[in-house]
Amino acid sequence: MPLILVGGLVFGFGLGFSHMARPEVVLDFLTFDDFGLLFVMFGGSIVAGIAFWTLPKLRGSAPLTGRPYGRRLKSFDRDVLVGGSIFGVGWGLSGICPGAAYASLGVGNWPILYAIGGMFVGAYAQGVWRSRDAGDAPAAAPGDD
Amino acid sequence: MIDAAAADLLGAGTVDALFPNGISRYAIGGLLVGLGTVLIYLGTGITAGASTFLESTLSYVSGRSRFAQYRASRDWRVVFTLGIIGGAAVYALIYQGDPWSVAGSAWTTEVSPWRLFLGGILVGIGTRVGKGCTSGHGICGVGSVSRTSLVGVATFLVVAIVTANAVSALGVGL
Repeated sequence: MPLILVGGLVFGFGLGFSHMARPEVVLDFLTFDDFGLLFVMFGGSIVAGIAFWTLPKLRGSAPLTGRPYGRRLKSFDRDVLVGGSIFGVGWGLSGICPGAAYASLGVGNWPILYAIGGMFVGAYAQGVWRSRDAGDAPAAAPGDD
Repeated sequence: MIDAAAADLLGAGTVDALFPNGISRYAIGGLLVGLGTVLIYLGTGITAGASTFLESTLSYVSGRSRFAQYRASRDWRVVFTLGIIGGAAVYALIYQGDPWSVAGSAWTTEVSPWRLFLGGILVGIGTRVGKGCTSGHGICGVGSVSRTSLVGVATFLVVAIVTANAVSALGVGL
């Protein structure tokens, strides 16, 4: 847990420093006014990629949890495209994504609570909808259309 | 230093046009975002994404199966999110406005509440249906060279670019 906190602190500091916690900067990126955000995404993924590639060769599992070192691989299906498209509309409209929204709260940007509130509403709506598909919540009304 | 090197490489005019705010803040910020991810991975083997927090936190108040599957991870995800908020606050205190002044550090967006809220709802639905967000797919997934994540990132990036430009072309204010 302390390590998770430290990791989160560095992660959040980086989001603040990169200005990605500001929706305006994201919107400027998406409308081709400032390509700087490419460095945030690629810089971050390259650093992570080096660790994901190196550590499994050095030792089998993580010291604190015993969890095997692996890569983040998720199965591909239509949901990735559907969800990615819905996320894309939301990101393009608001200029904010989950991690950057938490960081935005940290830089004192209180109006971001509208976005975080919206994210919980959206996450809840899809959760209710998809739990119903699983058949364990028969009383759930599909109220997310 | 980074900006000077980039200006040498590409020519100052090009750099100003593509990166009006320079490169170093983005590059350094990105490296730190990656470093935060690596620290957690190093100790725990977890590839941490930010958007699962939305569902795992809902498991505190809802018993639905979609949320309940994240019960085991919900506590550390709260800690991770608090860390992100705290880290950004430290950044704001040091670099934003008057150094080390609480009152001078707050920055607020000009983007209107309806765009934030409606966009937030779509982000909440989309990241969870699409199995990841800019950190899960973008940092961890791309770092893992996961084909699913590469397709996911390409999808949300293209759609977001189209959306942002369409909204801007329609003359909708921030």
